[in-house]
Amino acid sequence: MEHITLLIAIVIVTALAFDFTNGFHDTANAMATTISTGAMKPKAAVAMSAVLNLVGAFLSVEVARTISGGIIDESAGVQPEVIFAGLVGAILWNLLTWLAGLPSSSSHALFGGLIGATIASVGLDAIHGDAVVMKVIVPALVAPLVAGFAAMAATRLTYRVARNTDERATSKGYRAGQIGSAALVSLAHGTNDAQKTMGVMTLALIAGGVLAPDSDPPMWVIASAGIAIALGTYLGGWRIIRTLGKGITDIQPPQGFAAQTSAATTILASSHMGFALSTTQVCSGAVMGCGLGRKGGVVHWSTARRMVVAWGLTLPAAGIIGALGALLAEQGTWGVSAVLALLIAGSIAIYVRSRKEPVDHSNVNDVNGVNDAQPAEAAPAESGPEPAPVPLQVTITRTAPAGRAGEEPSVPDQPTTTV
Amino acid sequence: MNIEWSVLGEVALVSVLLTIALVGLFTVGIVTGANQGGAAAAGRPRLGAALSRVGGYACFALCAAAVGYGIYLIAF
Repeated sequence: MEHITLLIAIVIVTALAFDFTNGFHDTANAMATTISTGAMKPKAAVAMSAVLNLVGAFLSVEVARTISGGIIDESAGVQPEVIFAGLVGAILWNLLTWLAGLPSSSSHALFGGLIGATIASVGLDAIHGDAVVMKVIVPALVAPLVAGFAAMAATRLTYRVARNTDERATSKGYRAGQIGSAALVSLAHGTNDAQKTMGVMTLALIAGGVLAPDSDPPMWVIASAGIAIALGTYLGGWRIIRTLGKGITDIQPPQGFAAQTSAATTILASSHMGFALSTTQVCSGAVMGCGLGRKGGVVHWSTARRMVVAWGLTLPAAGIIGALGALLAEQGTWGVSAVLALLIAGSIAIYVRSRKEPVDHSNVNDVNGVNDAQPAEAAPAESGPEPAPVPLQVTITRTAPAGRAGEEPSVPDQPTTTV
Repeated sequence: MNIEWSVLGEVALVSVLLTIALVGLFTVGIVTGANQGGAAAAGRPRLGAALSRVGGYACFALCAAAVGYGIYLIAF
């Protein structure tokens, strides 16, 4: 690592920044139901998840040589500028969906950003359409159905088997079991997602001539990717945890256990059988399923609908930001600097916006306060009575029409319009 | 476009069945443990209580084995 150019250094730092957003965006997948049923205290839950993410990053011996799993033809000349622009698209979309409290897939954001940037820079030929359908679209459609059905059936079964027992006596057992399932999800997340960032960093280093082609990631790459995702996880995407843990349905300990076990089983079984289902969609589907499985359980479909809209928008939105970023970044040094400046400005703007209605470990399960504020403020947003932070509705009503209409400039304008 | 429907079907089936099996096993384990206090108070025969406790532990052991297999899948 003697001569790392400034551009490569920027790509690496941006990759780590993406890894960090990936961590806090996906904390909810493993820990939302664990926190909402009270199986673990919020801080303890994110701390455990962070440690397991870190362990997971070091665990796998399978090296992420391709960043995109065959979606992008990486031999077609993917420049560091393109990777950089793709990462910018992924980070900004992750931050926007976090602000809205919506669990969207970080992997889809990364793929979307890279696909958009590649199309803008190299052309459509460098994208393998089959792989996009098989590895992104089909798994995303199937995941919530499979995990949802599994969680619903498991919830019914567990309520039936335990119907004659004292609820207080069993809830302790359910919570313990739930922690086990959540731990597995965290570990699998660290292994999968940290490796994606390692792949991006390694590819950038190879593109910059620092590493020989087909090299394994150096130790410092593995360590920094693991630490970045663990720090992100520890920070906790509390907005998304609140949506998943409280916003979709009220989760009792048996439901939390059934949902989390369904998520862990589906994630591990599917990836083992060579048809990996999207983690975010699996976890969200499991939560909906456990809501349907309990007698008297209520699923807030308006929240679910907003979530599904965000899933559909993730690939194109990150792609458009990535494409515009690539066009700008290819103009040379000033272009890269401009994209970097826009990324920083956009991130700061989103952070500042989030401070207006902070959600953290102290109020993550506290939905009453939000509900009280709902009728007056949420009415114009024509959204349901779900307990969600108010900025969520403001943001998503702006985002959704933009994406549906498919106008190119509207979505990437998001970060700047929020300034 | 070649979508591997058979693999997809297998994934769905295995995921659903495994989830139901694991949740079912764990619930049986919890229920036998939770009924312990009640059974003793009701003066049920000791042999039955002991058997159900062993059964409960067996359920938990199977679940622990499943978690171990999960870690194995992640790591290798």
